Amino acid sequence: MSILEIIRFAFRGLSINRLRTALTTLGIMIGVSSVIILIAVGNGSAKSIQSSLDRLGTNSIQVRSNAGGFGGQRARASTANVKPLTILDAVALSDPKQAPHVKQAAPIANSNNTVCSFSTSTSTPSTFSGTWPSYFEASNAKVSKGTYFTTEDVNQSRRVAVIGQTTATELFGTDNPLNQTIRCGGIPFTVIGITEAKGSQGFQDGDSLFLAPITAVENSLTGYQALSSIIVEATSSTTTDLAQTEIQTILDARHKVKNANSRDYRLFNQASLLATSSSNSQVFTVLLGAVAAISLLVGGIGITNIMLVTVIERTREIGIRKAIGAPKGAILTQFLIEATILSLVGGLMGVAGGFIGSQFTIIGVKPVIVPASVFLAFGVSVLIGLFFGGYPASRAASLRPIEALRHE
Amino acid sequence: MSDHLVIDVRGAVKKYGTGQASIYALDGVDLQIKSGEYVAIMGPSGSGKSTLMNIMGALDNMTSGKYFLDGIEISSMDENALSIVRGRKIGFIFQSFNLIPRTTALANVELPMAYQGIKSAERKMRALKALEVVGLSDRVDHEPTELSGGQQQRVAVARALATRPALLLADEPTGALDSKSTHDLLDLFDQINAAGRTVIVITHEADVADRAKRVIRMRDGKVVSDTMNDRRAGART
Repeated sequence: MSILEIIRFAFRGLSINRLRTALTTLGIMIGVSSVIILIAVGNGSAKSIQSSLDRLGTNSIQVRSNAGGFGGQRARASTANVKPLTILDAVALSDPKQAPHVKQAAPIANSNNTVCSFSTSTSTPSTFSGTWPSYFEASNAKVSKGTYFTTEDVNQSRRVAVIGQTTATELFGTDNPLNQTIRCGGIPFTVIGITEAKGSQGFQDGDSLFLAPITAVENSLTGYQALSSIIVEATSSTTTDLAQTEIQTILDARHKVKNANSRDYRLFNQASLLATSSSNSQVFTVLLGAVAAISLLVGGIGITNIMLVTVIERTREIGIRKAIGAPKGAILTQFLIEATILSLVGGLMGVAGGFIGSQFTIIGVKPVIVPASVFLAFGVSVLIGLFFGGYPASRAASLRPIEALRHE
Repeated sequence: MSDHLVIDVRGAVKKYGTGQASIYALDGVDLQIKSGEYVAIMGPSGSGKSTLMNIMGALDNMTSGKYFLDGIEISSMDENALSIVRGRKIGFIFQSFNLIPRTTALANVELPMAYQGIKSAERKMRALKALEVVGLSDRVDHEPTELSGGQQQRVAVARALATRPALLLADEPTGALDSKSTHDLLDLFDQINAAGRTVIVITHEADVADRAKRVIRMRDGKVVSDTMNDRRAGART
């Protein structure tokens, strides 16, 4: 008896009760497509968290000196050994040979509580920094009106400034701030650009901002002292760890740090934030996947149920087949194939349904299909057919013909 | 008629239940049937004739005793081997026809050959031939529900014949048929037997048994008489 013949019998068996076959298939289809869609939703939300973090500048790493007073007990106790961060440190970090995973670095000299004024209005930017033009990219600050200041401006110590939207509104109201001269700490700066609204970052208003060439700020306000920090941009969000190691190697050498516990600087990056958020979204994905897996399981039980009913309904037919010479294996195979066809067709339709469903935005998340989930869901659905169809099939195969024939 | 034994049952015992409640459906039956015979097995219900038929048909096993079918001992075979023996050696005809529902006459006749692994083309040819023998050449594409009782039973006969079995085993074949169909079916059995095939009919109807050449009567699990049907045998020869 050829397997093709048995497959034909199986198809004929399924075609006897089309509605039932369709409904059983639907159960598996819903299971498979919900696994695919829900995992895609989980994945999509992880992707969207990642991209919003990227927008905030996840590639950036801040280097802060322990001299600044943020250093904590241990650092303060050894203040004597602390070397401040300098422009030269920033230059060293920008060297692509020593730090291949650093895209760029920018020194930052902050001037705290510096009051800016324009005619009668005043504003105290929460971030008042002198820096290099590379700062804009490293910290993801974009100018929406006007221009950035340039390396030329830094070299010439030009008193030009890019301000944030909060600062602009506080000083100018609705007037155009471009090319106006404001006084900060008594020093005149010409506003040449306004940054894009960034929103609040933690406790700080990211738009309460004043950026000027570092040379101009040092000249007139802070003096040529230690840098407040250096902002470093890694080549991508996946290389921040590598970049961090490179920064440590360079600065350890420059600051003559002997062991990692006595560093006179500290690194802050958003990679750890990213790790937290991705582990959160992983939990989310696993939860969604578990819910979907349950529906797949229910679909599988549906197959068992319907196959058991089918076997009971066709007991007499099984008896006839055995009486006219059907071996146990042929009956077993026929019912196993029937169950597998149900789950296979359901699985394929589920994959199609999963792909279609993932085209829509679900609860504000654009689903992104995980290819592995497609294979997993489809594979599991086929296995479910074999596994859950196995019991009814073996029951059918081991029916004694004499009893099966008596069955009405 | 040759001396080759198609059926050789020795000391067949079939017991249901255990201890005090046990019932002997067969209580030591010896039966030999030669190739080419036409035998009727008669008896009231509970006489054990259906149990004997199930054992001869390899559908059931005995509690004790030996059974040789066409020279092969099958009393010790397992269920899987029995299904192959059933397919190759026996053609069954049941009271309730037992055709596969929603399946054409042709496919029903082909089915046992399919389980034997006979190629599709040969199968179809043999099935059509068998349907022609039973006079249903014009009904090959009809499903059982589209056929009368007599026609369904003739499809069952065709199914039984197509595998060229050593014996045709009919269990109350006329029980669900009207007298006209009964007559046609018995004519068909005569014709099949005349062609040299062994036919065993289980029945409680005297006019059915009258057509057989040998009549075996059973009661309480034992053979009580085994006679040649002289009247009929005489009429034929």
